[in-house]
Formats: sequence, C-alpha cells, structure tokens
Amino acid sequence: MERPPETTHGLRSYLIGFVLAVVLSAIPFWLVYTHALPPQRTLLVIGIAAVLQVLVHLRFFLHINFTTTPRENVLALVFTALLLFIMVGGSFWIMFDLHNRMML
Amino acid sequence: MSIAHMSEHEREEIETHEQRALGFWLYLMGDAVIFALLFATYAIMIPGTDGGPTGKQLFDLNNAAIETGLLLVSSMTFGFASLQVKAGNRGAVLAWLATTFVLGAAFVFLEVREFAGMIEQGAGPDRSGFLSAFFTLVGTHGVHVTMGLIWIVVLGAQVALKGLTMPVASRLHRLGLFWHFLDIAWVGIFSIVYLPGLL
Repeated sequence: MERPPETTHGLRSYLIGFVLAVVLSAIPFWLVYTHALPPQRTLLVIGIAAVLQVLVHLRFFLHINFTTTPRENVLALVFTALLLFIMVGGSFWIMFDLHNRMML
Repeated sequence: MSIAHMSEHEREEIETHEQRALGFWLYLMGDAVIFALLFATYAIMIPGTDGGPTGKQLFDLNNAAIETGLLLVSSMTFGFASLQVKAGNRGAVLAWLATTFVLGAAFVFLEVREFAGMIEQGAGPDRSGFLSAFFTLVGTHGVHVTMGLIWIVVLGAQVALKGLTMPVASRLHRLGLFWHFLDIAWVGIFSIVYLPGLL
C-alpha cells in the first residue's frame, strides 16, 4: 500500500557508502598524521579523496543516480555544480591574479 | 470512502511529497552555493593572518578526526532511521533518530569547545581576516547542524505522537536530505580547512 520515497535503496547502500567514506577519510587523515608524502602530493591526495567522497555521499547516502532520481533534481545538481565552478574558479582567478600583481 | 477515492488521495500525497522534495532540493543547492563561496573566501583569506596565529598553530587533528567520525556515523544512523521509516517500524525510527541526535550533539559540543578554546587564547574571529573567514565558514556549518538537531527533536516528537503517517515520513525524507548534505559540507571543511592547515 505505502509507497515510500525510495524503495530501491536498502541497507547495502548505506553500508557500502559508509565503508567507502571511512576509507576516503582515513587516507588523507593518515597522510597528514604521518607526513608519509611530500606536502604537494598530500594536497593532491586530499583533493582527490574529497571529490570521490562527495560522489560517494551523493550516490550512496542521497541516492542520486541517473535512472530513479527525478530529472529536475539531477538538472538542479548539475546546474549548481556549474555555478560553483564559475563562482569559486572565478574568485580564485581574480584574487590570485590581483595578489600576484600587488606583490610584483 | 471508496477505494478509488483513497488511491486518488494517496496519489495526491505522493505528488505533494515529490514537489516538496524537489523544492527542498533546490534550497539545498542554494545552500551549497553559500558554502562554496564561504570556502572560496576562506581559501583566499588563509594568508591573511595579520601576524596572528595560523591554522597550523590552532587546529587539532585529533579533534577534526573525531568530528569527522561522529558526523559520518550519524549520516549512516540517519540512513538506518530512513530504512525503518520504510519498514514502518516506529520504535526503531525513534531509536535511530535518538542515536543520530546524540552523535550530532557530540559533534556540536566538540566544535563549540574548539571555538571557545580559540577565543580564549585570543584567536577569535576579530583577530585576523583568516580567523574571520574560519569562524564564518565552520560556524555556518555548525549552525546548520544545530538546526538539524532541533529538527530531529521536532520530527522525533511527531513520529512519537502522530506515528509514521505519510506527511511525517515525507518530512523525515527531507530532514534526511538535509543531514546527508551537511556531511558533504563537512567533507569540504576537513579537506580544505583542517587537513591543508595542518600539513
């Protein structure tokens, strides 16, 4: 009778998401604890792990996918990602350029 | 009431639920924009310490790791609550909501303690541009989590008093979106604020 919001996502989804998120958090924390890699490499790993973990959360906790998620929601998400790219990327571009010019 | 009427009514409720879920999703996307701009501001302000303390001197890796763990486990326990909503198990929903609340409250406690400690040693938001940006970004997230805790209490009361009716389940679904979203924002915070700060 009842038709809950999502019927296709069970316990498995949350457990897989949790394990992946733990691994993707543990790796960057471990690198910072141990200084096992040079700082630049560590930063790169932190960045990659963060992007992957955001995707894991979207997929396994928020259940975003391209089949059952309503089209509008996915569109809103993609549009937001575009906005973030323009606004954050643009801010960095302008501010770091300004910074360089002021220093030189 | 005829069966046809009931199903009509149910269909309407489902439609309402889906519309509200979309509306709430749009709000979350707006919130994501706010967080992204606070992240950008923070990243730009990192060098602006005005001779005051830097992240390396102020941040505590253990504290950040525990906060990360608390929020991540709370995301999973909320997921368990959502599963019990589908199963129609009122007692289990309340138990998992309570667990989520305790984990979230512990997170807020650690964050407030961190803030208080920093302010005590003269590293409050008024010390430098860097610290203003830090308190704004991390504080905004903390306020969100606190609102989430209040929301958990309110919906917990509704589950207890009204049961797992369609509107209550629909509200729990949106609270779930909110709670999981906050964990995503936290991934950004430990990856941009704490880990690079302590490198």
